[in-house]
Amino acid sequence: MARQSNYTPAYAVRTLAAWGVALLLFFPLAWLMLTAFKTELQAIAVPPELFFSPTLESFHEVNERSDYLQYAKNSLITSVLSTVFGLMIAAPAAYAMAFFKGKRDKDILMWMLSTKMMPAVGALVPVYVLAQKSHLLDSPIALIIVFTLSNLPIMVWMLYSHFKEIPREILEAARMDGATLWQEARLVLLPLAMGGFASTGLLCLVLSWNEAFWSLNLTAANGGTLATLIAGYSSPEGLFWAKLSAASFMAIAPIVVFGWFSQKQLVQGLTFGAVK
Amino acid sequence: MNSPRSAFGATSQGALLTKQFETNSMAYLQLQGIEKFFGAHRAIKGIDLNIQKGEFIVFVGPSGCGKSTLLRLIAGLEHIDGGKLTLEDRDITHLPSSKRDLAMVFQSYALYPHMSVAENMSFALKLANVSKAKIDDQVKKAAEILDLTKYLERTPKELSGGQRQRVAIGRAIVRAPKVFLFDEPLSNLDAALRGQTRVEIAKLHRDLGATTIYVTHDQVEAMTLADRVVVLRDGLIEQVGTPLDLYDNPANQFVAQFIGTPQMNILTHTQWPAAIMALAPAGAKGGAIGLRPESVVVSMDASSKIQCKVDLVEALGAETLVHVTTAEGAQLVARQSDRTPLRMGDAVSVDLALHQAHWFDSSGRVVKAAA
Repeated sequence: MARQSNYTPAYAVRTLAAWGVALLLFFPLAWLMLTAFKTELQAIAVPPELFFSPTLESFHEVNERSDYLQYAKNSLITSVLSTVFGLMIAAPAAYAMAFFKGKRDKDILMWMLSTKMMPAVGALVPVYVLAQKSHLLDSPIALIIVFTLSNLPIMVWMLYSHFKEIPREILEAARMDGATLWQEARLVLLPLAMGGFASTGLLCLVLSWNEAFWSLNLTAANGGTLATLIAGYSSPEGLFWAKLSAASFMAIAPIVVFGWFSQKQLVQGLTFGAVK
Repeated sequence: MNSPRSAFGATSQGALLTKQFETNSMAYLQLQGIEKFFGAHRAIKGIDLNIQKGEFIVFVGPSGCGKSTLLRLIAGLEHIDGGKLTLEDRDITHLPSSKRDLAMVFQSYALYPHMSVAENMSFALKLANVSKAKIDDQVKKAAEILDLTKYLERTPKELSGGQRQRVAIGRAIVRAPKVFLFDEPLSNLDAALRGQTRVEIAKLHRDLGATTIYVTHDQVEAMTLADRVVVLRDGLIEQVGTPLDLYDNPANQFVAQFIGTPQMNILTHTQWPAAIMALAPAGAKGGAIGLRPESVVVSMDASSKIQCKVDLVEALGAETLVHVTTAEGAQLVARQSDRTPLRMGDAVSVDLALHQAHWFDSSGRVVKAAA
């Protein structure tokens, strides 16, 4: 039977809807990018100017007023280290629950996830006091610890669901072949779960990079991340849309580029191994 | 030994490996009161068994009897909760799997999907820090025996089920372990390949002479492969013996019915014709009588004492199975080698070879017939 034409009314509606949603989601980002290349006057013009001669003025000013590289370095250090430490703690936990079933595994997993349901602000005062007493305020170390711990439930969950897809017998075969626990993990589990490690790591890298609440509350000029930099251009000195947009643009550009190149792994990770 | 050519390939290679096994084949395995609990459930209820070096032992039993669990306890993949396991007089009860020097072939093959066939087979040797030259040599020999030489560079997903099965066996034999453990290795193969691989495993065992424990639920595999069969039920050993010993002298009604196809005919005492009643030994009164299908002879003339009606005739070519029902309502299967004109509903009579009968008391234990 000949295939029906693709251009049915239903197809047209679906296409329109898809483009509509995509544009809606992309609009703020596009607007931000446009505004970053405007002057402050153009930025607040009503009606908004869609056609203008782009300028790098705002970028220059942001770079002059604040040390972009310092913030970017902090963002990089905190997100990479918290991801590495998180994986190191989450992998053994997920391994134990995926391959050595216990009666309380489901309860433990639910309990871990439940900690993510509490609003972060609920823990603000104790965490702030802890950071202050241990002289870690405005230091990237405080953020690394907080990011590691707050991403841990998601990391355990993701790695657990990836590990569950690996047949237990393959690890048992390695054990029968004389592999120690470390050899079993390094030579069999790690290569087989590489996709899982990659997508879990990527997601946590993105989450840590974009984290704003703890960065704003625990750090300032020294230990601040790019989120702190953006916040610096909002209200206190009056609203400068172009400079705020330029700062935001510089803050999100690295992670957006990074996300673009790793989108395959990210999507794979977010479906939690449900789709093969 | 004048060994016939192995279906896996050149026998000379097999002979080379045999030498290896002879040098370290002092192994024998002893199970003393082995127990396993899953929560409060006692899955293995104290198993005692001695396995001699070079023996081919088959664990057989219905699903859930604990045969796979027992194998995993020996492998060290499950923790032994009670009893003692010794290999060559060395206590290995709580030794990790990696230190036991046993090799296992899994039902799912459990090949390493990210490694080639050669890497799969050499993995254990690499872990044991064997020299590269020796590894290559061992892998080459095993591949020749198993007819895998052409596939050494492929990954498992590029192989057929039967080839994967061979790689799994190859991974075990390159190591020349003390004991081979097989966990239902043929159940994922189709019927023809299963029969063929069964023969190949038997030949391989004969060529290598390695101590082997093989788990199956298929009693034909058990009968054809084993030196000794261990029949398990509910975490306990029902009987241990050579295949024919189990067939001819079952210790109880369970073993009698589990071993042999078609199943042994069992007539409970309420279904006994008068002729049997008179002959039953004292202990079997109130019990049952068991007769192999070949001990039931159907005759066309209705002159014999036991009158029957034919329910079904299964003509299998080499043999014919005749299903009949007696006047007492007992169902019997007769096996005969000649063909028959009988049809469903025909009236016939049967002769029972009572000197071959097995008598059981009311609890199912065998009762010796009076001499």
